[in-house]
Amino acid sequence: MNSNHPHRAPRAADKTEEGARIEIAGLTKRYLTPKGETFTAIQDVTVNVEAGQFCSIVGPTGCGKSTTLAQVSGLERPSAGSVSVGGSLVEGITNGVSYMFQADALFPWKSVLSNVMMGPILLGMPKREATDLARDWLRRVGLAGFEDRYPHQLSGGMRKRVAMAAALINNPRILLMDEPFGALDVQTKAIMQNELLKLWEELRPSVLFITHDLDEAVALSDKVVIMTTSPGSVKDVFDIDLPRPRGNVQEIRHEERFLELQGHIWESLKDEVTRAYARTAGAA
Amino acid sequence: MTTLTHSGSRKIEKPMEPEAAAKAAGRSKARRRTMSIWIGRVALAVIVIGGWQWFTTEGWVDKFFFGQPSEIWSSLVKLFTEGTAFGTIWENLWITAQEAFLGFILGTLVGVVLGILLGSNKYLSAVVGPYIRIVNSIPRIVLGSIFIVAFGLGVFPKILLAAVLVFFVVFFNAFQGVREVDQNLVANVRVLGASPIQVAMHVTIPSAMTWIIASLHTAFGFAIIGALVAEVLGAQQGIGLIISQAQGTFDPNTVFACMVIIAVVTLAAEYLIGALEHKLLKWRPPNRSEAQAI
Ligand SMILES: Nc1ncnc2c1ncn2[C@@H]1O[C@H](COP(=O)(O)OP(=O)(O)O)[C@@H](O)[C@H]1O
Ligand SMILES: [Mg+2]
Repeated sequence: MNSNHPHRAPRAADKTEEGARIEIAGLTKRYLTPKGETFTAIQDVTVNVEAGQFCSIVGPTGCGKSTTLAQVSGLERPSAGSVSVGGSLVEGITNGVSYMFQADALFPWKSVLSNVMMGPILLGMPKREATDLARDWLRRVGLAGFEDRYPHQLSGGMRKRVAMAAALINNPRILLMDEPFGALDVQTKAIMQNELLKLWEELRPSVLFITHDLDEAVALSDKVVIMTTSPGSVKDVFDIDLPRPRGNVQEIRHEERFLELQGHIWESLKDEVTRAYARTAGAA
Repeated sequence: MTTLTHSGSRKIEKPMEPEAAAKAAGRSKARRRTMSIWIGRVALAVIVIGGWQWFTTEGWVDKFFFGQPSEIWSSLVKLFTEGTAFGTIWENLWITAQEAFLGFILGTLVGVVLGILLGSNKYLSAVVGPYIRIVNSIPRIVLGSIFIVAFGLGVFPKILLAAVLVFFVVFFNAFQGVREVDQNLVANVRVLGASPIQVAMHVTIPSAMTWIIASLHTAFGFAIIGALVAEVLGAQQGIGLIISQAQGTFDPNTVFACMVIIAVVTLAAEYLIGALEHKLLKWRPPNRSEAQAI
Protein backbone atom coordinates (compact mmCIF):
# COMPACT_ATOMS: atom_id res chain seq x y z
CA MET A 1 0.00 0.00 0.00
CA ASN A 2 2.74 2.41 0.91
CA SER A 3 4.91 2.35 -2.17
CA ASN A 4 6.86 5.57 -1.69
CA HIS A 5 10.17 5.11 -0.01
CA PRO A 6 10.62 6.34 3.51
CA HIS A 7 12.52 9.59 3.66
CA ARG A 8 16.08 9.40 4.77
CA ALA A 9 17.52 11.76 7.29
CA PRO A 10 20.53 13.79 6.15
CA ARG A 11 22.97 11.64 8.09
CA ALA A 12 21.33 8.43 7.01
CA ALA A 13 21.69 6.16 10.00
CA ASP A 14 23.78 3.07 9.63
CA LYS A 15 21.23 0.30 9.82
CA THR A 16 23.37 -2.55 8.62
CA GLU A 17 23.57 -5.74 10.66
CA GLU A 18 26.31 -4.21 12.78
CA GLY A 19 25.27 -0.57 12.91
CA ALA A 20 22.02 -0.95 14.77
CA ARG A 21 22.89 -3.73 17.17
CA ILE A 22 22.53 -2.90 20.86
CA GLU A 23 24.73 -4.76 23.30
CA ILE A 24 24.10 -4.16 26.97
CA ALA A 25 26.73 -5.99 29.01
CA GLY A 26 26.84 -6.23 32.79
CA LEU A 27 25.18 -2.85 33.09
CA THR A 28 24.96 -1.50 36.64
CA LYS A 29 23.76 1.92 37.71
CA ARG A 30 24.01 3.29 41.21
CA TYR A 31 22.53 6.60 42.30
CA LEU A 32 23.52 8.74 45.22
CA THR A 33 20.49 9.30 47.41
CA PRO A 34 20.00 12.70 49.08
CA LYS A 35 21.12 11.05 52.35
CA GLY A 36 24.47 10.23 50.80
CA GLU A 37 23.89 6.50 50.49
CA THR A 38 24.22 4.68 47.21
CA PHE A 39 21.16 3.09 45.71
CA THR A 40 21.53 0.38 43.09
CA ALA A 41 18.86 0.91 40.47
CA ILE A 42 19.97 -1.83 38.08
CA GLN A 43 22.41 -4.64 38.64
CA ASP A 44 24.35 -6.53 35.99
CA VAL A 45 21.82 -6.21 33.17
CA THR A 46 22.81 -8.02 29.99
CA VAL A 47 20.61 -7.79 26.91
CA ASN A 48 21.35 -7.97 23.21
CA VAL A 49 19.08 -6.47 20.60
CA GLU A 50 19.83 -7.45 17.02
CA ALA A 51 19.66 -4.88 14.25
CA GLY A 52 16.05 -4.24 13.33
CA GLN A 53 14.74 -6.26 16.25
CA PHE A 54 11.83 -5.13 18.40
CA CYS A 55 12.62 -5.85 22.03
CA SER A 56 10.35 -5.11 24.96
CA ILE A 57 11.35 -4.76 28.58
CA VAL A 58 8.75 -5.64 31.17
CA GLY A 59 9.10 -5.44 34.92
CA PRO A 60 7.50 -4.11 38.08
CA THR A 61 7.55 -0.35 38.60
CA GLY A 62 10.78 1.02 39.97
CA CYS A 63 12.83 -1.95 38.80
CA GLY A 64 15.05 0.24 36.65
CA LYS A 65 13.58 0.06 33.16
CA SER A 66 13.84 3.78 32.52
CA THR A 67 17.31 3.76 34.02
CA THR A 68 18.36 1.12 31.50
CA LEU A 69 17.12 3.24 28.59
CA ALA A 70 18.89 6.32 29.92
CA GLN A 71 22.19 4.43 29.80
CA VAL A 72 21.54 3.26 26.24
CA SER A 73 20.73 6.77 25.03
CA GLY A 74 23.93 8.11 26.57
CA LEU A 75 22.03 10.65 28.67
CA GLU A 76 23.57 8.97 31.73
CA ARG A 77 26.78 7.07 32.33
CA PRO A 78 26.77 3.54 33.71
CA SER A 79 28.41 2.86 37.08
CA ALA A 80 29.70 -0.46 35.78
CA GLY A 81 29.34 -2.52 32.64
CA SER A 82 28.84 -1.09 29.20
CA VAL A 83 26.45 -0.34 26.39
CA SER A 84 27.56 -0.59 22.78
CA VAL A 85 25.57 0.50 19.80
CA GLY A 86 26.72 -0.80 16.46
CA GLY A 87 29.91 -2.12 18.00
CA SER A 88 31.06 1.20 19.45
CA LEU A 89 30.86 2.01 23.13
CA VAL A 90 28.23 4.52 24.20
CA GLU A 91 30.05 7.50 25.71
CA GLY A 92 27.86 10.53 25.55
CA ILE A 93 24.87 10.93 23.30
CA THR A 94 24.72 8.20 20.68
CA ASN A 95 23.81 9.49 17.27
CA GLY A 96 20.94 7.98 15.35
CA VAL A 97 18.92 7.43 18.53
CA SER A 98 15.37 8.66 19.07
CA TYR A 99 13.65 8.64 22.43
CA MET A 100 9.93 8.63 23.08
CA PHE A 101 8.96 9.36 26.65
CA GLN A 102 5.89 8.40 28.59
CA ALA A 103 5.17 12.00 29.49
CA ASP A 104 4.67 14.37 26.60
CA ALA A 105 8.00 15.67 25.49
CA LEU A 106 6.50 18.06 22.94
CA PHE A 107 7.37 21.75 23.02
CA PRO A 108 4.19 23.44 24.15
CA TRP A 109 5.29 26.73 22.56
CA LYS A 110 5.95 25.24 19.14
CA SER A 111 3.34 24.35 16.58
CA VAL A 112 2.85 20.70 15.66
CA LEU A 113 4.86 21.23 12.48
CA SER A 114 7.77 22.89 14.29
CA ASN A 115 7.76 20.12 16.87
CA VAL A 116 8.18 17.46 14.22
CA MET A 117 10.83 19.56 12.43
CA MET A 118 13.08 19.72 15.49
CA GLY A 119 15.03 16.56 14.71
CA PRO A 120 16.15 17.48 11.18
CA ILE A 121 16.76 21.11 12.19
CA LEU A 122 19.09 20.02 14.97
CA LEU A 123 20.95 17.87 12.45
CA GLY A 124 21.42 20.97 10.34
CA MET A 125 18.88 20.35 7.60
CA PRO A 126 17.81 23.54 5.77
CA LYS A 127 14.49 24.85 7.03
CA ARG A 128 12.56 24.47 3.80
CA GLU A 129 13.55 20.85 3.40
CA ALA A 130 12.82 20.12 7.04
CA THR A 131 9.36 21.66 6.64
CA ASP A 132 8.56 19.45 3.69
CA LEU A 133 9.81 16.38 5.49
CA ALA A 134 7.80 17.24 8.60
CA ARG A 135 4.64 17.79 6.55
CA ASP A 136 5.16 14.42 4.96
CA TRP A 137 5.58 12.78 8.34
CA LEU A 138 2.48 14.44 9.73
CA ARG A 139 0.60 13.02 6.79
CA ARG A 140 2.00 9.58 7.50
CA VAL A 141 0.77 9.64 11.09
CA GLY A 142 -2.61 10.92 9.95
CA LEU A 143 -2.27 14.51 11.13
CA ALA A 144 -2.30 16.38 7.82
CA GLY A 145 -4.13 19.66 8.40
CA PHE A 146 -3.04 19.97 12.02
CA GLU A 147 0.34 21.57 11.25
CA ASP A 148 -0.43 24.92 12.85
CA ARG A 149 -2.04 23.67 16.04
CA TYR A 150 -0.31 23.86 19.37
CA PRO A 151 0.10 20.66 21.41
CA HIS A 152 -2.47 21.73 23.99
CA GLN A 153 -5.04 21.88 21.23
CA LEU A 154 -4.67 18.17 20.48
CA SER A 155 -6.04 15.06 22.13
CA GLY A 156 -3.73 12.67 23.97
CA GLY A 157 -3.67 10.25 21.05
CA MET A 158 -2.88 13.02 18.57
CA ARG A 159 -0.04 14.24 20.75
CA LYS A 160 1.38 10.72 20.73
CA ARG A 161 1.22 10.73 16.95
CA VAL A 162 3.15 13.99 16.86
CA ALA A 163 5.72 12.52 19.24
CA MET A 164 5.97 9.44 17.05
CA ALA A 165 6.50 11.49 13.90
CA ALA A 166 9.11 13.56 15.74
CA ALA A 167 10.89 10.41 16.89
CA LEU A 168 10.90 8.74 13.49
CA ILE A 169 11.54 11.69 11.18
CA ASN A 170 15.32 11.34 11.54
CA ASN A 171 15.05 7.71 10.49
CA PRO A 172 16.84 6.55 13.66
CA ARG A 173 18.76 3.32 13.83
CA ILE A 174 17.73 2.94 17.47
CA LEU A 175 14.31 3.78 18.82
CA LEU A 176 13.93 3.96 22.60
CA MET A 177 10.37 4.03 23.88
CA ASP A 178 9.58 4.44 27.57
CA GLU A 179 5.97 3.40 28.17
CA PRO A 180 4.92 5.58 25.26
CA PHE A 181 1.27 4.54 25.29
CA GLY A 182 0.90 4.08 29.04
CA ALA A 183 -1.41 7.04 29.49
CA LEU A 184 -3.78 6.29 26.62
CA ASP A 185 -7.22 4.71 26.72
CA VAL A 186 -7.52 1.14 25.45
CA GLN A 187 -8.86 1.92 21.96
CA THR A 188 -6.43 4.73 21.24
CA LYS A 189 -3.62 2.57 22.51
CA ALA A 190 -4.50 -0.24 20.07
CA ILE A 191 -4.61 2.22 17.19
CA MET A 192 -1.23 3.65 18.14
CA GLN A 193 0.28 0.18 18.45
CA ASN A 194 -0.86 -0.66 14.93
CA GLU A 195 0.56 2.60 13.61
CA LEU A 196 3.83 1.99 15.37
CA LEU A 197 4.13 -1.51 13.92
CA LYS A 198 3.37 -0.23 10.44
CA LEU A 199 5.99 2.51 10.63
CA TRP A 200 8.52 0.22 12.28
CA GLU A 201 8.12 -2.29 9.48
CA GLU A 202 8.88 0.45 6.96
CA LEU A 203 11.93 1.88 8.71
CA ARG A 204 13.13 -1.10 10.76
CA PRO A 205 15.07 0.61 13.53
CA SER A 206 16.13 -1.54 16.49
CA VAL A 207 13.60 -0.88 19.23
CA LEU A 208 13.85 -1.02 23.00
CA PHE A 209 10.29 -0.70 24.20
CA ILE A 210 9.37 -0.40 27.87
CA THR A 211 5.91 -1.34 28.96
CA HIS A 212 4.03 -2.76 31.89
CA ASP A 213 1.37 -4.14 29.58
CA LEU A 214 2.14 -7.79 28.82
CA ASP A 215 -0.28 -7.97 25.89
CA GLU A 216 1.39 -4.98 24.34
CA ALA A 217 4.83 -6.51 24.80
CA VAL A 218 3.86 -9.81 23.19
CA ALA A 219 1.86 -8.26 20.36
CA LEU A 220 4.63 -5.92 19.25
CA SER A 221 7.92 -7.63 20.03
CA ASP A 222 10.37 -10.16 18.71
CA LYS A 223 11.78 -10.53 22.16
CA VAL A 224 10.49 -9.81 25.67
CA VAL A 225 12.90 -9.24 28.55
CA ILE A 226 11.56 -9.67 32.07
CA MET A 227 13.31 -7.72 34.81
CA THR A 228 13.39 -8.55 38.50
CA THR A 229 12.33 -6.21 41.26
CA SER A 230 14.77 -3.55 42.34
CA PRO A 231 17.72 -3.69 41.90
CA GLY A 232 16.65 -4.74 38.46
CA SER A 233 18.42 -7.43 36.53
CA VAL A 234 17.33 -9.71 33.72
CA LYS A 235 15.17 -12.56 34.94
CA ASP A 236 14.03 -14.17 31.71
CA VAL A 237 14.14 -13.59 27.99
CA PHE A 238 11.35 -14.86 25.74
CA ASP A 239 11.50 -15.02 21.97
CA ILE A 240 8.16 -14.21 20.40
CA ASP A 241 7.84 -16.33 17.28
CA LEU A 242 4.52 -14.94 16.08
CA PRO A 243 4.78 -14.38 12.32
CA ARG A 244 5.21 -10.92 10.86
CA PRO A 245 3.63 -8.74 9.70
CA ARG A 246 1.48 -9.10 12.77
CA GLY A 247 -1.53 -7.26 11.42
CA ASN A 248 -4.07 -5.94 13.87
CA VAL A 249 -2.83 -6.18 17.46
CA GLN A 250 -6.37 -6.52 18.75
CA GLU A 251 -6.94 -9.62 16.67
CA ILE A 252 -3.75 -11.53 17.35
CA ARG A 253 -4.54 -11.23 21.03
CA HIS A 254 -6.94 -14.15 20.64
CA GLU A 255 -4.59 -16.46 18.75
CA GLU A 256 -3.60 -19.63 20.53
CA ARG A 257 0.17 -19.11 20.28
CA PHE A 258 -0.22 -15.57 21.60
CA LEU A 259 -2.11 -16.75 24.67
CA GLU A 260 0.42 -19.50 25.26
CA LEU A 261 3.38 -17.09 25.14
CA GLN A 262 1.55 -14.57 27.23
CA GLY A 263 0.88 -17.27 29.82
CA HIS A 264 4.56 -18.25 30.03
CA ILE A 265 5.66 -14.68 30.43
CA TRP A 266 3.05 -13.95 33.06
CA GLU A 267 4.28 -16.93 35.08
CA SER A 268 7.71 -15.35 35.11
CA LEU A 269 6.55 -11.83 35.82
CA LYS A 270 3.97 -12.72 38.47
CA ASP A 271 6.47 -13.42 41.25
CA GLU A 272 8.31 -10.19 40.64
CA VAL A 273 5.17 -8.12 40.67
CA THR A 274 3.99 -9.74 43.88
CA ARG A 275 7.37 -9.22 45.45
CA ALA A 276 7.48 -5.57 44.39
CA TYR A 277 3.98 -5.06 45.72
CA ALA A 278 4.78 -6.72 49.04
CA ARG A 279 7.79 -4.48 49.39
CA THR A 280 5.97 -1.22 48.76
CA ALA A 281 3.04 -2.34 50.92
CA GLY A 282 5.46 -3.26 53.69
CA ALA A 283 7.25 0.05 53.40
CA ALA A 284 4.06 2.07 53.58
CA MET B 1 -21.67 9.38 7.07
CA THR B 2 -21.70 9.95 3.34
CA THR B 3 -24.84 7.89 2.91
CA LEU B 4 -27.05 10.48 4.57
CA THR B 5 -30.16 11.04 2.48
CA HIS B 6 -31.79 14.38 1.96
CA SER B 7 -34.54 13.71 4.45
CA GLY B 8 -31.94 12.51 6.90
CA SER B 9 -30.05 15.76 6.77
CA ARG B 10 -33.26 17.68 7.26
CA LYS B 11 -33.97 15.64 10.37
CA ILE B 12 -30.59 16.60 11.71
CA GLU B 13 -31.23 20.28 11.15
CA LYS B 14 -34.36 20.38 13.29
CA PRO B 15 -32.79 19.73 16.68
CA MET B 16 -30.20 22.41 15.85
CA GLU B 17 -32.80 25.10 16.48
CA PRO B 18 -33.04 24.80 20.26
CA GLU B 19 -29.28 24.74 20.29
CA ALA B 20 -29.13 28.04 18.42
CA ALA B 21 -31.67 29.47 20.82
CA ALA B 22 -29.55 28.34 23.75
CA LYS B 23 -26.56 30.00 22.16
CA ALA B 24 -28.41 33.30 21.77
CA ALA B 25 -29.62 33.08 25.36
CA GLY B 26 -26.07 32.45 26.50
CA ARG B 27 -24.82 35.44 24.57
CA SER B 28 -27.41 37.81 26.00
CA LYS B 29 -26.63 36.49 29.47
CA ALA B 30 -22.95 37.24 28.92
CA ARG B 31 -23.83 40.73 27.68
CA ARG B 32 -25.94 41.39 30.76
CA ARG B 33 -23.09 40.23 32.96
CA THR B 34 -20.60 42.60 31.27
CA MET B 35 -23.12 45.39 31.63
CA SER B 36 -23.57 44.81 35.35
CA ILE B 37 -19.81 44.66 35.86
CA TRP B 38 -19.43 48.07 34.23
CA ILE B 39 -22.28 49.54 36.24
CA GLY B 40 -20.55 48.28 39.38
CA ARG B 41 -17.23 49.79 38.34
CA VAL B 42 -18.70 53.22 37.60
CA ALA B 43 -20.71 53.16 40.83
CA LEU B 44 -17.57 52.36 42.81
CA ALA B 45 -15.68 55.26 41.23
CA VAL B 46 -18.57 57.64 41.85
CA ILE B 47 -18.82 56.59 45.49
CA VAL B 48 -15.09 56.97 46.19
CA ILE B 49 -14.46 60.19 44.28
CA GLY B 50 -17.86 61.70 45.10
CA GLY B 51 -17.44 60.79 48.77
CA TRP B 52 -14.02 62.38 48.82
CA GLN B 53 -15.38 65.55 47.23
CA TRP B 54 -18.31 65.62 49.63
CA PHE B 55 -16.29 64.98 52.78
CA THR B 56 -13.77 67.69 51.93
CA THR B 57 -16.46 70.16 50.92
CA GLU B 58 -18.32 69.62 54.19
CA GLY B 59 -15.05 70.08 56.05
CA TRP B 60 -15.13 66.65 57.73
CA VAL B 61 -11.80 65.99 56.08
CA ASP B 62 -9.32 68.82 55.69
CA LYS B 63 -8.73 69.45 52.03
CA PHE B 64 -5.58 71.35 52.93
CA PHE B 65 -3.92 68.03 53.70
CA PHE B 66 -5.89 65.56 51.60
CA GLY B 67 -6.71 67.52 48.50
CA GLN B 68 -10.04 67.55 46.74
CA PRO B 69 -11.05 65.92 43.43
CA SER B 70 -12.28 69.14 41.86
CA GLU B 71 -9.06 70.92 42.74
CA ILE B 72 -6.96 68.00 41.57
CA TRP B 73 -8.70 68.42 38.25
CA SER B 74 -7.89 72.16 38.22
CA SER B 75 -4.26 71.32 39.03
CA LEU B 76 -4.20 68.85 36.17
CA VAL B 77 -5.58 71.46 33.78
CA LYS B 78 -3.09 73.99 35.09
CA LEU B 79 -0.19 71.57 34.65
CA PHE B 80 -1.11 71.03 31.03
CA THR B 81 -1.99 74.64 30.16
CA GLU B 82 0.44 76.72 32.21
CA GLY B 83 3.20 74.19 32.68
CA THR B 84 5.48 74.07 35.69
CA ALA B 85 8.47 75.96 37.02
CA PHE B 86 10.66 73.40 35.22
CA GLY B 87 9.16 73.62 31.73
CA THR B 88 5.99 72.14 30.28
CA ILE B 89 4.44 69.05 31.78
CA TRP B 90 5.22 67.22 28.53
CA GLU B 91 8.94 67.89 28.87
CA ASN B 92 8.89 66.63 32.44
CA LEU B 93 6.79 63.62 31.60
CA TRP B 94 9.11 62.82 28.72
CA ILE B 95 12.12 62.87 31.04
CA THR B 96 10.49 60.58 33.58
CA ALA B 97 9.11 58.21 30.97
CA GLN B 98 12.51 58.03 29.32
CA GLU B 99 14.25 57.24 32.60
CA ALA B 100 11.70 54.60 33.51
CA PHE B 101 11.77 53.05 30.06
CA LEU B 102 15.55 52.91 29.73
CA GLY B 103 15.85 51.61 33.27
CA PHE B 104 13.24 49.01 32.47
CA ILE B 105 15.10 47.84 29.36
CA LEU B 106 18.49 47.79 31.08
CA GLY B 107 17.21 45.99 34.17
CA THR B 108 15.27 43.47 32.10
CA LEU B 109 18.22 42.67 29.83
CA VAL B 110 20.66 42.17 32.67
CA GLY B 111 18.07 40.28 34.71
CA VAL B 112 17.22 37.89 31.88
CA VAL B 113 20.83 37.22 30.93
CA LEU B 114 22.04 36.69 34.50
CA GLY B 115 18.93 34.76 35.48
CA ILE B 116 19.33 32.34 32.60
CA LEU B 117 23.09 32.02 33.11
CA LEU B 118 22.85 31.34 36.83
CA GLY B 119 19.75 29.21 36.41
CA SER B 120 21.47 26.87 33.99
CA ASN B 121 24.89 26.79 35.66
CA LYS B 122 24.97 25.21 39.11
CA TYR B 123 28.54 26.35 39.85
CA LEU B 124 27.92 29.98 38.92
CA SER B 125 24.71 30.11 40.90
CA ALA B 126 26.42 28.62 43.95
CA VAL B 127 29.20 31.23 43.74
CA VAL B 128 27.17 34.33 42.88
CA GLY B 129 23.85 33.40 44.52
CA PRO B 130 24.65 34.54 48.09
CA TYR B 131 25.83 37.94 46.88
CA ILE B 132 22.70 38.51 44.91
CA ARG B 133 20.68 37.63 47.99
CA ILE B 134 22.71 40.07 50.08
CA VAL B 135 22.26 42.92 47.61
CA ASN B 136 18.59 42.05 47.35
CA SER B 137 18.18 42.36 51.11
CA ILE B 138 19.47 45.92 51.37
CA PRO B 139 16.82 48.62 50.89
CA ARG B 140 17.52 49.49 47.28
CA ILE B 141 15.86 52.89 47.37
CA VAL B 142 18.85 54.06 49.42
CA LEU B 143 21.02 53.28 46.43
CA GLY B 144 19.29 56.23 44.78
CA SER B 145 21.12 58.64 47.11
CA ILE B 146 24.43 57.01 46.28
CA PHE B 147 23.79 57.15 42.55
CA ILE B 148 22.88 60.83 42.74
CA VAL B 149 25.99 61.62 44.75
CA ALA B 150 28.09 59.68 42.29
CA PHE B 151 26.50 60.65 38.97
CA GLY B 152 24.92 64.03 39.59
CA LEU B 153 21.42 65.34 38.91
CA GLY B 154 21.07 64.13 35.31
CA VAL B 155 18.97 61.25 34.01
CA PHE B 156 21.63 58.57 34.40
CA PRO B 157 21.28 57.92 38.16
CA LYS B 158 17.49 57.67 37.68
CA ILE B 159 17.90 55.10 34.94
CA LEU B 160 20.28 53.21 37.17
CA LEU B 161 17.92 53.12 40.16
CA ALA B 162 15.00 52.06 37.96
CA ALA B 163 17.20 49.35 36.42
CA VAL B 164 18.26 48.04 39.83
CA LEU B 165 14.65 47.75 40.97
CA VAL B 166 13.66 46.04 37.73
CA PHE B 167 16.67 43.74 37.74
CA PHE B 168 15.77 41.82 40.88
CA VAL B 169 12.19 41.17 39.85
CA VAL B 170 13.19 39.92 36.42
CA PHE B 171 16.28 38.08 37.61
CA PHE B 172 14.49 35.90 40.17
CA ASN B 173 11.77 35.06 37.69
CA ALA B 174 14.18 34.17 34.91
CA PHE B 175 16.20 32.08 37.36
CA GLN B 176 13.15 30.23 38.61
CA GLY B 177 11.88 29.83 35.05
CA VAL B 178 15.08 28.07 34.04
CA ARG B 179 14.92 25.85 37.10
CA GLU B 180 11.39 24.77 36.24
CA VAL B 181 12.25 23.66 32.71
CA ASP B 182 10.80 20.26 31.91
CA GLN B 183 13.78 17.88 32.08
CA ASN B 184 12.03 15.56 29.65
CA LEU B 185 12.23 18.27 27.00
CA VAL B 186 15.90 18.83 27.69
CA ALA B 187 16.60 15.09 27.47
CA ASN B 188 14.59 14.96 24.27
CA VAL B 189 16.60 17.59 22.40
CA ARG B 190 19.88 16.32 23.82
CA VAL B 191 19.17 12.89 22.38
CA LEU B 192 18.40 14.56 19.07
CA GLY B 193 21.93 15.95 19.17
CA ALA B 194 21.41 19.49 20.45
CA SER B 195 24.46 21.40 21.67
CA PRO B 196 24.23 23.29 25.00
CA ILE B 197 23.51 26.49 23.05
CA GLN B 198 20.75 24.79 21.11
CA VAL B 199 19.28 23.45 24.35
CA ALA B 200 19.19 27.04 25.63
CA MET B 201 17.70 28.41 22.41
CA HIS B 202 15.06 25.75 21.93
CA VAL B 203 14.14 24.75 25.46
CA THR B 204 15.50 26.81 28.34
CA ILE B 205 14.81 30.32 27.07
CA PRO B 206 11.36 29.74 25.58
CA SER B 207 10.20 27.90 28.65
CA ALA B 208 11.60 30.54 31.01
CA MET B 209 9.83 33.15 28.87
CA THR B 210 6.50 32.51 30.59
CA TRP B 211 8.03 33.46 33.91
CA ILE B 212 9.99 36.39 32.54
CA ILE B 213 7.03 37.97 30.83
CA ALA B 214 4.86 37.51 33.89
CA SER B 215 7.47 39.49 35.82
CA LEU B 216 7.48 42.39 33.35
CA HIS B 217 4.13 43.69 34.60
CA THR B 218 5.51 44.17 38.10
CA ALA B 219 8.87 45.25 36.72
CA PHE B 220 7.50 48.24 34.84
CA GLY B 221 5.80 49.49 37.98
CA PHE B 222 9.16 49.26 39.72
CA ALA B 223 10.86 51.16 36.88
CA ILE B 224 8.45 54.06 37.39
CA ILE B 225 8.98 53.96 41.15
CA GLY B 226 12.75 53.98 40.68
CA ALA B 227 12.67 56.95 38.33
CA LEU B 228 10.27 58.93 40.53
CA VAL B 229 12.10 58.27 43.77
CA ALA B 230 15.44 59.21 42.25
CA GLU B 231 13.88 62.43 40.96
CA VAL B 232 12.47 63.24 44.37
CA LEU B 233 15.94 62.70 45.81
CA GLY B 234 17.42 65.24 43.43
CA ALA B 235 16.74 66.27 39.84
CA GLN B 236 16.54 69.19 37.45
CA GLN B 237 13.41 68.01 35.69
CA GLY B 238 10.82 65.25 35.91
CA ILE B 239 7.51 64.36 37.49
CA GLY B 240 9.28 63.38 40.71
CA LEU B 241 10.70 66.89 40.96
CA ILE B 242 7.23 68.41 40.47
CA ILE B 243 5.94 66.14 43.22
CA SER B 244 8.67 67.07 45.68
CA GLN B 245 8.20 70.75 44.82
CA ALA B 246 4.45 70.51 45.40
CA GLN B 247 5.10 68.77 48.67
CA GLY B 248 7.34 71.68 49.72
CA THR B 249 4.56 74.19 49.01
CA PHE B 250 1.82 72.14 50.76
CA ASP B 251 0.00 71.50 47.49
CA PRO B 252 -1.49 67.99 47.71
CA ASN B 253 -3.63 68.58 44.65
CA THR B 254 -0.61 68.81 42.36
CA VAL B 255 0.83 65.65 43.93
CA PHE B 256 -2.40 63.84 43.19
CA ALA B 257 -2.46 65.29 39.68
CA CYS B 258 1.02 63.88 39.09
CA MET B 259 -0.16 60.54 40.43
CA VAL B 260 -2.97 60.53 37.88
CA ILE B 261 -0.53 61.26 35.06
CA ILE B 262 1.81 58.48 36.16
CA ALA B 263 -1.10 56.07 36.51
CA VAL B 264 -2.09 56.75 32.91
CA VAL B 265 1.48 56.13 31.71
CA THR B 266 1.71 52.91 33.72
CA LEU B 267 -1.61 51.64 32.41
CA ALA B 268 -0.52 52.34 28.84
CA ALA B 269 2.75 50.45 29.42
CA GLU B 270 0.81 47.66 31.09
CA TYR B 271 -1.36 47.42 28.02
CA LEU B 272 1.68 47.18 25.73
CA ILE B 273 3.25 44.50 27.93
CA GLY B 274 -0.04 42.63 27.89
CA ALA B 275 -0.06 42.77 24.08
CA LEU B 276 3.52 41.48 23.98
CA GLU B 277 2.59 38.71 26.37
CA HIS B 278 -0.36 37.77 24.24
CA LYS B 279 1.81 37.64 21.15
CA LEU B 280 4.70 35.68 22.66
CA LEU B 281 2.61 33.31 24.70
CA LYS B 282 -0.13 32.59 22.24
CA TRP B 283 0.70 28.91 22.47
CA ARG B 284 -0.62 28.70 25.98
CA PRO B 285 -3.97 27.11 26.74
CA PRO B 286 -6.50 29.94 27.16
CA ASN B 287 -7.63 29.15 30.69
CA ARG B 288 -4.22 29.98 32.07
CA SER B 289 -3.99 33.42 30.49
CA GLU B 290 -7.57 34.09 31.56
CA ALA B 291 -6.70 33.31 35.15
CA GLN B 292 -3.88 35.83 34.85
CA ALA B 293 -6.13 38.50 33.40
CA ILE B 294 -7.71 39.05 36.81
N1 LIG C 1 18.39 10.26 39.10
C1 LIG C 1 18.09 9.37 40.06
N2 LIG C 1 18.56 9.56 41.32
C2 LIG C 1 18.25 8.66 42.30
N3 LIG C 1 17.48 7.59 42.13
C3 LIG C 1 16.98 7.36 40.91
C4 LIG C 1 17.23 8.25 39.82
N4 LIG C 1 16.59 7.77 38.73
C5 LIG C 1 15.95 6.67 39.12
N5 LIG C 1 16.19 6.40 40.42
C6 LIG C 1 15.68 5.25 41.19
O1 LIG C 1 16.00 4.09 40.50
C7 LIG C 1 14.93 3.16 40.56
C8 LIG C 1 14.53 2.71 39.19
O2 LIG C 1 13.93 3.78 38.54
P1 LIG C 1 13.32 3.69 37.07
O3 LIG C 1 14.40 3.25 36.16
O4 LIG C 1 12.67 4.98 36.76
O5 LIG C 1 12.23 2.55 37.25
P2 LIG C 1 11.14 2.05 36.21
O6 LIG C 1 11.28 2.85 34.96
O7 LIG C 1 11.42 0.61 36.02
O8 LIG C 1 9.81 2.25 36.86
C9 LIG C 1 13.80 3.83 41.31
O9 LIG C 1 13.78 3.34 42.63
C10 LIG C 1 14.17 5.27 41.29
O10 LIG C 1 13.74 5.91 42.46
MG1 LIG D 1 9.98 4.33 34.19
